[in-house]
Amino acid sequence: MTETMPLLDVRDLTVEFATRRGVVKAIEHVDISVGKGETLAIVGESGSGKSVTSFAVMRILDRAGRIAQGAIQFTSIDVATASEDEMRDLRGREISMIFQNPRAALNPIRKVGRQIEDVLLEHVQAEPGNVKEKAIEILRKVRIARPEERYHAYPFELSGGMCQRIVIALALACRPQLLIADEPTTGLDVTTQKTVMELIVELTREQGMSTILITHDLGLAATYCSRVVVMEKGRVVETAKSDTIFKAPSHAYTRKLMRATPRPGVTLRDLLPEGEATPVLAPQPVDTTTPFLVVENLVKEYPRQGVTKTMAQFFKREPATDSQAFRAVDGISFSLARGSSLGLVGESGCGKSTTSMMINRLTDTTSGSIMFDGEDIAEIPAKQFAKLPLRRRIQMVFQDPTDSLNPRFTAARAIADPILRLGDLDGKDAVRARCEELARLVGLPLEFLDRFPHQLSGGQKARVGIARAIALNPELVILDEPTAALDVSVQAVVLNLLQDLKAALGMSYLFVSHDLEVVRLLCDHVIVMRNGRIVEEGATSRVLNAPEAEYTRELLSAIPHPPV
Amino acid sequence: MLTMILKRLLLAIPSLIGVVIVTFLLTRALPGDPAAYFAGPAADKAAIEQIRVKLGFDKPLIVQFFDYVGDLARGDLGNSLTTGQPVAAEIRARLPASAELTLLGLIVSVLIAVPLGIMAATRPGSWIDHFCRVLTTAGVSLPVFFTGLILVYVFYYQLGWSPAPLGRIDVFATTPPSVTGFYLIDSIIARDFGMFRASFNQLILPAMTLAIFSLAPIARMTRASMLAVLSSDFVRTARASGLKPSTVIVTYAFRNAMLPVVTTLGMVFSFLLGANVLVEKVFAWPGIGSFAVEALISSDFAPVQGFVLTMAVMYVALNLLIDVFYGIIDPRVRMEG
Repeated sequence: MTETMPLLDVRDLTVEFATRRGVVKAIEHVDISVGKGETLAIVGESGSGKSVTSFAVMRILDRAGRIAQGAIQFTSIDVATASEDEMRDLRGREISMIFQNPRAALNPIRKVGRQIEDVLLEHVQAEPGNVKEKAIEILRKVRIARPEERYHAYPFELSGGMCQRIVIALALACRPQLLIADEPTTGLDVTTQKTVMELIVELTREQGMSTILITHDLGLAATYCSRVVVMEKGRVVETAKSDTIFKAPSHAYTRKLMRATPRPGVTLRDLLPEGEATPVLAPQPVDTTTPFLVVENLVKEYPRQGVTKTMAQFFKREPATDSQAFRAVDGISFSLARGSSLGLVGESGCGKSTTSMMINRLTDTTSGSIMFDGEDIAEIPAKQFAKLPLRRRIQMVFQDPTDSLNPRFTAARAIADPILRLGDLDGKDAVRARCEELARLVGLPLEFLDRFPHQLSGGQKARVGIARAIALNPELVILDEPTAALDVSVQAVVLNLLQDLKAALGMSYLFVSHDLEVVRLLCDHVIVMRNGRIVEEGATSRVLNAPEAEYTRELLSAIPHPPV
Repeated sequence: MLTMILKRLLLAIPSLIGVVIVTFLLTRALPGDPAAYFAGPAADKAAIEQIRVKLGFDKPLIVQFFDYVGDLARGDLGNSLTTGQPVAAEIRARLPASAELTLLGLIVSVLIAVPLGIMAATRPGSWIDHFCRVLTTAGVSLPVFFTGLILVYVFYYQLGWSPAPLGRIDVFATTPPSVTGFYLIDSIIARDFGMFRASFNQLILPAMTLAIFSLAPIARMTRASMLAVLSSDFVRTARASGLKPSTVIVTYAFRNAMLPVVTTLGMVFSFLLGANVLVEKVFAWPGIGSFAVEALISSDFAPVQGFVLTMAVMYVALNLLIDVFYGIIDPRVRMEG
């Protein structure tokens, strides 16, 4: 043999799942190899089989799944046929894994230090006498400040980024040869994502480990990996070096993914597959001179919750003082013109969602005013607002397209819901006709109107959510991360749809997002928030191309970009 | 932790006040005239009226209520009309009998149901899963007097292994000096192991009867909650870290799955404590359930009030105990305190 043997060699792998509708092949004929010290990315959208591939490598597939065909060779071990005891030795010591959603990946009722000790003791990397010191040493290695103290922490006492460091500590505790990171930073803020990824890269390089990074984010794959495998519907469609694959993608699917990724220097229409873009609609003429929504000095405080407060209220003791209350939104002011779109960006906990909930009148304000078309709606209690005619004029598209639909309502019933509650249409036929009109407007095929949410794809559910929001011809639509749960190619379509609807119907958007690239494409103005305050605001092109605030620069530089 | 317990105790006060009011009103609303019952079938109107005045029933309801509350404050639950004995003394004597029976039944039930539930959850669809389903369904669908009678028939009449089902201890034996009121514990304190054997033999059949009945909720809850936890992300992490299946199942899955099981346990215990009248009847057990039912039938309101109040206090105490236990298992609950 002239070629050095790869650390992991997956050949012709097919994994099947037994389901109620018969056997489903999750991945078919997958070939992947990882050399010693190499970093490989597996990129694909949901359902592409990238996670199943990694579970098969560790043989931790669900009960219903099985390796139907193919070989997985790790060093000299044949994973597909090894005994369960051999596999257990391998897991955690030779191959380990970092999961998505770090908080859920940790045992919620066991001290994080003890969880690391469990792994160390299992693989005889420490004696009961020195295991605590070793665990603390590992915590220090993943840059956890005050590791002696954090050893005793429970996962719920730590932030998301901190939890991910613990998961990394668990994975690297026994110095494995191969690390599989399955969407390790999905759900984390961009700045946290950057520090976590840099930590992984540094630690794996230090120990000469190989890494497989599973991600949907092309930018992340390009920034941190040397080779990229693109998967689509359970098959590998392209494998290439990361510096060439993005410049010269050879497979049509890779090209489509590349195009759909929001990045500087493109327009919304550029995200769509070649030849599918329709001409840009001219916006409806609206009066843009008078401000339409004026928010002034908006404050939201949350008192400390819990038994203490209940008791205090019960015995009529003095109410919680101001110093005890938490200010989620700390005096922000801005205005929005008719027909324009404003992006509200920031990291988790910055108060952007609270702000949108107050403007949407789902949450009461602590102080400040919200002038909507000349009327201060901040004074109307959130409980009463739903009954007022004003409710028709402000509508919302929610973050999770699945969770925001009633699972027992058909798409038509979901869209009709606001019409039946607030609308003035009479008769079943009129409502149905309006639903069909809305479905056409959002590009939802009419035959899907009688389906239930679980029978619709993510993009279709997003369309139902949008159709519901625009059913009453609102003037202001608040969009809370409407595409965060969608694949990039679907996101591209939905963003274009939102853009077209705005132009056609003359609506205004308040767009809440953590994704600066999406805001860049959709919004005219942007507000960057941090700790409940506005850090920077202005025209999107100005703020994102020539940021003035240090924090905005930090956010922008943390976004990984595929090389163009 | 201590502050949490104190706070929970404080929060229990309003519910106890509510219970006092409701039981008082309920017993007054019961059909039947206690004065007429007490006077006997031969009594004339004047005699009944005399008794009514003696019992204080002629006073307005509100005055009666404050009399009752005043007595309560002195620890006086009133006297039983049928036996003439103070209710407090009666309950003190009978509660340990019921509690001992229910506790042992529950312990036996947990020892069988929890391992069964875990095994069923780790091997869904296997023979043990089906066995668990059949056993629990059978246990919950057979009425307790039926299982009780079957057990008596087999183990006393046919096999002769257990003594006659006639109360807590052989009629000719003396009871152990009362410390806790639980014969098993009292006999150990008195170092009388013959007595321990004797009372255990009396206890085991009724306890088994209760155990068979209460298997179902505990086993099913253990299974369901284990299944949910076993498919969670952190169990996958534990498996991916190569931990032993026993560590994964016990340390990672079971401790998390225990939370709903503990809640179920509390509910089953409080339910059984009062509701095992039938078992007490079958085994001539001098418990609190049969006492309350007899009092209810004879419109004897004081024991009924005493019983409901005792149950309410027990229930509050039990809930507190569960909360404390929850806090021990789950650090997140501790934080809220």
